[in-house]
Amino acid sequence: MENFISIFLNSVFVGNILLAYFLGMCSFVAISKNMDTAIGLGFAVVFVLSITAPINWLIYYYLLAPGALAWAGFPDIDLSFLKFITFIAVIAGIVQAVEMVIDRFSPVLYNALGVFLPLITVNCAILGTSLFMVERSYTFGESLVFGIGSGTGWLLAIVSMSAIRIKLRYANVPEGLEGFGITMIVTGLMAMGFMLFSGITL
Amino acid sequence: MRLTQSRYFKAFSEPLIQNNPISMQMLGICSALAVTVQLKTAIVMGLSLTFVLAFSNLTISSMRHVIPRNIRMIVELSVIASLVIIADQVLRAFFYDISKQLSVFVGLIITNCIVMGRAETFALGNPPGLSFLDGLGNGAGYGSVLISVALIREVLGAGKFLGIGIIPESLYRAGYENMGFMQLAPAAFIIIGLLVWLQKSLVKN
Repeated sequence: MENFISIFLNSVFVGNILLAYFLGMCSFVAISKNMDTAIGLGFAVVFVLSITAPINWLIYYYLLAPGALAWAGFPDIDLSFLKFITFIAVIAGIVQAVEMVIDRFSPVLYNALGVFLPLITVNCAILGTSLFMVERSYTFGESLVFGIGSGTGWLLAIVSMSAIRIKLRYANVPEGLEGFGITMIVTGLMAMGFMLFSGITL
Repeated sequence: MRLTQSRYFKAFSEPLIQNNPISMQMLGICSALAVTVQLKTAIVMGLSLTFVLAFSNLTISSMRHVIPRNIRMIVELSVIASLVIIADQVLRAFFYDISKQLSVFVGLIITNCIVMGRAETFALGNPPGLSFLDGLGNGAGYGSVLISVALIREVLGAGKFLGIGIIPESLYRAGYENMGFMQLAPAAFIIIGLLVWLQKSLVKN
């Protein structure tokens, strides 16, 4: 249990997928202009991450990892080089399926998240989480917690960024620095803030 | 027609500075900054991305008349993913140490917005030769930003250039210290912000 809490807190704060590993920057810069869309996209990322991380875990450890096909009678096969293409296909498929399910069962949620779901397929944070999960050899439970944690961290970062950008509209930013430049610098300052949590040990 | 006027030259040279994918189009920052702690990894990452980008543009552009419109994203993704697998396997085979340091970031070239973006906006509407050069140019533009960030971070943060110490011993004895902050993640954001500022003011003049 402690292990899960520590993975969760680490992936939300110190190892924030956006602020420490720079993943999901493209949509972060583009979407954080607007608070409502930032919240919508943030929740969509949490949702998709908490589904894709455990599913990719199952696929990797039962189909792709070295020796994973032992249950089918092929203990010598190592398909791990296929992980990139498999993960991205799984992510694209799941996003599509999630979109259809939401559309069918919850029109309200669909209206809130619908536009963002296709964008998520090419969000590096989603693929990055699955790849980190393999690299850090998490167990199934840990990968689920890690997926939720990374998503929450990303949500926190994009919502705070959009709040800061609302304030920035009234700031007198030097010419040439407005837009992308100042966004990067503010993100850097925010990342410093998040790093303060590295003193916490569980 | 002079060489600098030809559209082939333009396809290559424009993304280098005027239309740089990172600082001007704001694409592909994801996965870019994490590899800039050291110059060596930044160079390898720049080369891998250039390879993937040039060949994905070439392949997609050659197939542009046969790809059905509705499933073009999936076709593009599978072309890109296959090229990334090649790049990753080559790195693992010949540069194992660097590929360990790059960890997941080679794999993340798949979702790098530059690759997808160039395939969508350029390769689908232009002939293969031109697309290939566009890929090379964008890759080089991306690499140059990566290398400048890495240069600043490695020299100021560790006092090294490609792993060799370049700050003289006497300077350390006089009280100079490496700026440890440069090695941390926030520094990358701030450096890239300042670089964009510099570039925007230079290009305008």
